Amino acid sequence: MTLRRISPRHLFLAPVALIMASPLIWMAITSIEKPNEARRFPPVLIPAGIHWQNYRNAVESAPFGAWYLNSVIVCAVVVVSNVALCALAAYAFARIRFAGSNVLFVVLLATLMVPFQVILIPTFLIVRHLGLIDNIGALIAPNLVNAFGIFMLRQFFRTLPIELEEAARIDGCNRLSVLTKIVLPLSAPALSTLALITLLWTWNDFLWPLVAINTESHMTLQVGLSTFQGAHQTQWTILMAGNMLALAPMVAAFLLTQRSFVRSIAASGLKG
Amino acid sequence: MTKRFGEVVAVDALSLAIEDGEFMVFVGPSGCGKTTALRMVAGLERPSAGEIVIGDRVVNDEQPGRRDIAMVFQNYALYPHMSVERNIGFGLRQRRMPRAQIDARVREVSELLELGDLLKRKPAQLSGGQRQRVAMGRALARHPRAFLLDEPLSNLDAKLRTQLRAELKRIHHLVPTTSIYVTHDQVEAMTLGDRIAVMADGRIQQLGLPQELYDTPANLFVAGFIGSPPMNLVPGRIRGGVLTAETASVACPGAADGEAVLGVRPERLSAAAADDSRPGFDVVVGIVEPLGSEVIVHSAIAGAKQASAVAAADGGTIVAKLAPGSQPATGARVRLAFDQASAYVFDAATGAAIRRG
Repeated sequence: MTLRRISPRHLFLAPVALIMASPLIWMAITSIEKPNEARRFPPVLIPAGIHWQNYRNAVESAPFGAWYLNSVIVCAVVVVSNVALCALAAYAFARIRFAGSNVLFVVLLATLMVPFQVILIPTFLIVRHLGLIDNIGALIAPNLVNAFGIFMLRQFFRTLPIELEEAARIDGCNRLSVLTKIVLPLSAPALSTLALITLLWTWNDFLWPLVAINTESHMTLQVGLSTFQGAHQTQWTILMAGNMLALAPMVAAFLLTQRSFVRSIAASGLKG
Repeated sequence: MTKRFGEVVAVDALSLAIEDGEFMVFVGPSGCGKTTALRMVAGLERPSAGEIVIGDRVVNDEQPGRRDIAMVFQNYALYPHMSVERNIGFGLRQRRMPRAQIDARVREVSELLELGDLLKRKPAQLSGGQRQRVAMGRALARHPRAFLLDEPLSNLDAKLRTQLRAELKRIHHLVPTTSIYVTHDQVEAMTLGDRIAVMADGRIQQLGLPQELYDTPANLFVAGFIGSPPMNLVPGRIRGGVLTAETASVACPGAADGEAVLGVRPERLSAAAADDSRPGFDVVVGIVEPLGSEVIVHSAIAGAKQASAVAAADGGTIVAKLAPGSQPATGARVRLAFDQASAYVFDAATGAAIRRG
């Protein structure tokens, strides 16, 4: 890696980046401070020593492992099903002419404009009817597919040259094998973007898991962490250590997919 | 094979039979329905009426993949995420052919098309000509019952086009598969086609051997389309079995009186001496294009009455292809004469040929 030359723009961008990163930095610092350092004002920016004990406390003071596992299971299922189901629906909207396809697509888009708070209670009633309340199934079932994902993939699929699909059909593919062998491999950038966005949404989702889950051991990380924050007292150092642990997989996922974005865009050469 | 296409009548009651192993060319200006016709044969469009028969099977309701045809697209349509090798073998893998056999086929076509060094590359790493050869290889590897080629050479530069044209001819000679080749380039059509269907407005204007189309065009459209430079078409009038167009008079025995168009190929014109008794046009020489082996002379008919639509489209000009060394200078007044026997006469209203060559 080489350092690019510093341009005047960087004089502006560097402080902005610092401002954006400051809550994160503060969080990282707090997570290694002693509880009394975290309570001081002005904040202690350079702690006296590294207090790793916070991490151990965070993990031991709650069913942290169960929360982590719940979050991972919910995310894995939701991400895989979103990519698979959105791709199927998006391909149908992008390429197959069927009666009412446009109307159906507009209706689908309209659902994007409804805020979750509006459908929170109906969703709760349906999920309760399914007998999933207080079960991680409640976090999975309503999120298996997402209108945004269908919309995004449809737009991407329509940019692929139709001749590739026609050539594949002449080469003996049916609709489904055109999708799996031609369209999806060429859509790696869009698919990984969708996977990443879905992962972030699901991992960070708070309101719905808070409503749907009551038992401590069935909580996801985000809901679980909020229990560190009491009405009268908050253990800031332990909360921040827990947050750091919750954040790590997302940062890793972002860095990984970011590299694959660049590779897939560089390698696609769509002009066939 | 009969096909019709409704609504925006892109292909109007097209009916033709292509022989086994024949190289058939559909040629015509853009929008004439030639590509639509091809796509219907491929199964990418559904005919709104009529039947498509391949071999002895009606294939109207069959998926493209079951018709046992291969298609080469104008923009190659190579799968960007697969190597050349996998591109060529893709259709065979879809048909679950054993691996060893696929490898053999890929080797066979890569030898035929000299793609041996490129097999591991991705399409993005190939030049236009190489991509086109891979696209042909992908079609050839399938050993299909019919090849469909949709303007396969039109994205290439002129030199490469000539080269690949010859290669196509060589391949068809080695592997004589029934082929339909769509092009807007009449030179490609003439050089490649066993037979040519000249199309305009969704209809076949004339179907025949390349030489037939040149020698005996069925109507004004074919006359103007086949041949380079195109035939000179001069409006005139038939009276008493004689057509008079500008200064030229040609006998057309038995023809009814009325508006007509005289056609003369540029290569049939020559500069006439003063005592030449043949029919001819008195012209003022405009642009002269010496090409070495011949000279193309663009000239205007002296005092032309640019009356009809044909003359307006043609600009009232006469193009002649003369032997080198004999060309007149720009601005000179000359008489371009032709043999009675080489003149064509067309009905001005219907465009149909009245007298052929």
